[in-house]
Amino acid sequence: MTNILIVGVGGQGTLLASRVLGNYAINRGLDCKLSEVHGMSQRGGSVVTHVRIGEKIFSPIIREGDADIIIAFEKLEALRWRHYLKKDGILVINDQEIMPMPVIVGAMPYPVEVFEQIKPEGINLLVINAGEMAKECGNIKVANTIMIGALAKNIGFDKKDIVEAVTNTVPAKLLEVNLLAIDKGFNA
Amino acid sequence: MKKIMLGNLAIARGAYEAGVTVSTAYPGTPSTEITEALADYKDIYVEWSPNEKVALEVAIGSSIAGARSICCMKHVGVNVAADPLFTVAYTGVNAGLVLVVADDPGMHSSQNEQDSRFYAMANSIPMLEPTDSQEAKDMIKLAFDMSEKYDTPVMVRTTTRLSHSQTFVENSDRVNVPIKEYKKDVAKYAMMPAMAKKRHVVVEARINQIAKDANDMDINKIIIKNKKIGIICSGVSSQYVEEAMPEASILKLGMVFPIPMDMIKNFASQVDELIIAEELEPIFEREIKAAGIACKGKEIFSIQGELSVAIIRNKLLDEPIPEADNSLPIRPPVLCAGCPHRGVFYVLNKMKLMVTADIGCYTLGAIAPLNAVDTVICMGASIGMSHGVDKALGRDASRKTVAVIGDSTFVHSGITGVINSVYNQGSSTIIILDNSTTGMTGQQNNPSTGRTIRDQVTHQLDLEAMCKACGVKSVRTVDAYDMHAVESMLKEELDRDEVSVIIARRPCILLTKEVRIPYEIDQDKCIKCRACMKVGCPSISRGLDGKITLNPSQCNGCGVCAQMCKFDSIKLVGGAK
Repeated sequence: MTNILIVGVGGQGTLLASRVLGNYAINRGLDCKLSEVHGMSQRGGSVVTHVRIGEKIFSPIIREGDADIIIAFEKLEALRWRHYLKKDGILVINDQEIMPMPVIVGAMPYPVEVFEQIKPEGINLLVINAGEMAKECGNIKVANTIMIGALAKNIGFDKKDIVEAVTNTVPAKLLEVNLLAIDKGFNA
Repeated sequence: MKKIMLGNLAIARGAYEAGVTVSTAYPGTPSTEITEALADYKDIYVEWSPNEKVALEVAIGSSIAGARSICCMKHVGVNVAADPLFTVAYTGVNAGLVLVVADDPGMHSSQNEQDSRFYAMANSIPMLEPTDSQEAKDMIKLAFDMSEKYDTPVMVRTTTRLSHSQTFVENSDRVNVPIKEYKKDVAKYAMMPAMAKKRHVVVEARINQIAKDANDMDINKIIIKNKKIGIICSGVSSQYVEEAMPEASILKLGMVFPIPMDMIKNFASQVDELIIAEELEPIFEREIKAAGIACKGKEIFSIQGELSVAIIRNKLLDEPIPEADNSLPIRPPVLCAGCPHRGVFYVLNKMKLMVTADIGCYTLGAIAPLNAVDTVICMGASIGMSHGVDKALGRDASRKTVAVIGDSTFVHSGITGVINSVYNQGSSTIIILDNSTTGMTGQQNNPSTGRTIRDQVTHQLDLEAMCKACGVKSVRTVDAYDMHAVESMLKEELDRDEVSVIIARRPCILLTKEVRIPYEIDQDKCIKCRACMKVGCPSISRGLDGKITLNPSQCNGCGVCAQMCKFDSIKLVGGAK
């Protein structure tokens, strides 16, 4: 059983990750459940997608303290959802800050030294700059694919399996840049 | 072939396979995707109706005419549709009629967390509740069969976690269900007292029969494992129970009304302790206790919010739940950068008006820093409520009160409010925020957009003409981005001693194809006064050093922040004019 939590801010494009992981499960003949957020919280709010892959899945939602890995598209969201992580879990953070409204209006500061806060908790931390890496791929929009590559590597998926899942998910004309992004994320 | 499918898409697939001919709905999270997905099946007539009452009435008409019909809505939509629902329960159907209702425990995107099972009980109509996408698809088909077998509308309940989770589904082919012959039958279909008295007898006999048959329906399942604890559950909660308590015996209810009482008695007799794990109201618990069976429910689990694996293990096994860090800044949803509602709400807050608001994206005008909204109750309430303020406190108060409603919500149930305010000689001022779409649910068409669910061009409801026809003499239109114009027009209309309507018009930024040049801040001119931040745009932020920055990649060029700046420091990127 693999429990993957994908967190970010509404509009960051976390949906592709869940579609790729769904295809990964189908190709491997595994059970899979995905749970995502629609509606009001999509408007720039904190969003979370639960992905569970294994022999037999019941709940579509991951239990607090039971995620093997969290893929955080934004730093504050990594802090917000980290209680979902297992004690020896892996946290992959995209090095991006998006200010929430309490920070924008000056009511609260954006947390400082996010990575330093997390390290003493014994979490396996990987920080990547998916935005920069996406630029290197030639398309800023593949930042989410880079995160998927980093996820696949860290959770121990075979690279050929995740490449196959991406191939089954993205449109043909965008395949090349997405495979480049998977490669970059996998080697991050 | 097995496919991974959203619960809502599986419901749509089930309707398609069941040979549905007519599908109606008004959008509402978490139900919207069902009808959007049905629109992809070209064999089915699909419409967005202006509200849930009309949607259900259309489906009742098509069912009585002889076509299998489905109507979908969110839980609060059933309040709007309750009038036809309570009486179609009496008439019954001709071809199958299924009402899908999506509840929202935990209120991810709703104004309350009412439990739709009450409607099934109140109407004496059966209600099914699936646990995953495959069951959702199968139960829709079963619901149509039951509807025709028992001559009753059937409700299918889903919740946010089922509607918005994806699990595997095995597709089948569509069955071809021919249109049934319609036979005039006034005693069955025209509910006047003489007829309705006889039909009420039929309703009670029918529900008693279904309750008896429920004991043999295979959608209700007993799984006996360890006999110390037996848990009764339904829907997605049964997934939580199976994972949290793998050793416990379970009675999973696929039909949540009426419940199979003989089966429950049998289950109760086999276990030492009977626990009811249901989200929201103690509906099973009350019925089971009323049948004289000892059980525990709400003394363990909350009436509020959702259940989860962690909550069940915490309550039954005393296992701690890792806690979230509540010291972090929250990230509530916000109006998008470039949203046409932003400037209007800034003006309303600046003018210190009492704002009776409505349901839609613009509900977010209640949140800091806009802080413009006083009340949100239900679809259409803004207009009636502003009239109520006017009548309670008189003309001085109504000069400081404004109703704010979106275009889709206005068509849904705002129009009758306008008719009322004019008819009863009120003096309310109403702003229709016309962004030419049903925004919050994901940009659906509505009568005022002039396009159907399949994006075909149709008659476009003329909001100005509609308000004038209601008797409003002053109906004026303003550019929602022009805060100065909004403010001066609002002052004039608040002064008017009769009902007036301002239509603040600009398309939703997620919808418009217009590309606008983004703005940037000239740091040499900026004095860091933070005036631009008072409009709460997510593209503007302030660093720890006090420097204000505007992210051009997020900016949609609405220019509202530039209107806030008295120092001319917010400019179009590249010096454009």
